[in-house]
Amino acid sequence: MMMEQLLQSTPSWTNVAIFFAIGVGLLLVVLGFVTYGILAERKVMGFMQGRIGPNQVGGRWGLLQTVADVLKLLLKEDTIPKAADRPLFILAPVIAFAPAFMVLAALPFTDALQFADIGVGLLYYIAVSGLTTIGVVTGAWASNNKYALLGGMRAAAQMISYEVPLVMSVIGVILLSGSLNLNDIVEAQKDVWFIVVQPIGFLVFLVAAVAELNRTPFDLPEAESELVAGFHVEYSGFRWAFFMLAEYVYFFAMAALTTVLFLGGWHPLPFLGFIPGAVWFALKFSVVVFLFIWFRITFPRVRADQLMEFGWKVLLPVALVNIFVTALVKQLFF
Amino acid sequence: MNVYVNSYVVVFVFLCLGILLPIVALTAGRFLRPHAPNAAKQTTYESGLDPFHDSRVQFNVRYYIFALLFVIFDVETVFLYPWAVAFEKLGAFALIEMLIFVVMLLIGLVYAWKKKVLKWM
Repeated sequence: MMMEQLLQSTPSWTNVAIFFAIGVGLLLVVLGFVTYGILAERKVMGFMQGRIGPNQVGGRWGLLQTVADVLKLLLKEDTIPKAADRPLFILAPVIAFAPAFMVLAALPFTDALQFADIGVGLLYYIAVSGLTTIGVVTGAWASNNKYALLGGMRAAAQMISYEVPLVMSVIGVILLSGSLNLNDIVEAQKDVWFIVVQPIGFLVFLVAAVAELNRTPFDLPEAESELVAGFHVEYSGFRWAFFMLAEYVYFFAMAALTTVLFLGGWHPLPFLGFIPGAVWFALKFSVVVFLFIWFRITFPRVRADQLMEFGWKVLLPVALVNIFVTALVKQLFF
Repeated sequence: MNVYVNSYVVVFVFLCLGILLPIVALTAGRFLRPHAPNAAKQTTYESGLDPFHDSRVQFNVRYYIFALLFVIFDVETVFLYPWAVAFEKLGAFALIEMLIFVVMLLIGLVYAWKKKVLKWM
């Protein structure tokens, strides 16, 4: 409510200051998510593989493990190879990270907790998230390392190949809601969530989202066993941390976007409306996060050729068919 | 109108924060981390070998073709998005028109497929 009033007031420097304070608040929340998201991932992976996971730093549950890891990274020496292109090498993590945080501006978490109310919110998300590829390629190129360049080229090829089905798979949602505004899209799911009416769109979106996030089974850009670490071989310390941070901020953003687009955002299940919207959003969000972690443990990495062919020969045609079936059904029955 | 301007102010603020965080963190790190460079540390990593030539070599043309395909289909989505938003007002005629447009692009995809461009070696 407060945010709505702020958005409707006349733009002023006071507003900028307030938005800045709110932005810092969100940044802290996201950093908290990244810290405990990584811990949760390690713990869940541990349990699924019959291990215990982190249990030394911060009590039985290893609650301070990631904090300790980040502090360690902060104290690591920062090495920039002599052969590297120094300005670009320094710039690359920033180019990769800034869009990851920018996309969060358009996401509505509940009807009260949201930031920018952009008319083309979904398009904004997709357009801005695509910029990270430039950061990855810049880092790979600037490193002047063969592994890095190969990993960077692969990452770019994968990200652009899976962006097409990702973008196409949500057109069904746009057709049904008639808007690109994420608030309107959530509003259109008041009665039925889009996962029910757009199951194929949801599946294509989910697969493409995992590929966009560079997570297993599509983690080829960082395949440790063949490319050492892909585009960030030469990065160390906090510069490396920013690539990782960008990845996990996208993890956060993508899980939130999936919730908004297909799982009804903050809308409750029938008869459970007494539970507040924020709790519903958090629950659905956590389910998506858990699903992505589960994928990572369950699936083996796909081969590079399978990856590209799957994107272009399976996901893209399926997404296109989904668009026209949706449009046809809408035209005939609504 | 105010919502419009304010929303993009928020976006701009988020952009600034996204740039500020790395700057602040790396500057803070500068005072905390050791700094002891030597020639061996600054060589390019190549699994223990001395790097023997510049790594910026010509790369496979395949990447370029995928980039071209991406541009074609991304531009297609630029047309599909407004169509999807306005579909309710446009009706059946627009559906057929869009179908023809997409089929033309699909012919291109099938051509690329038959030319074995989509095959990754």
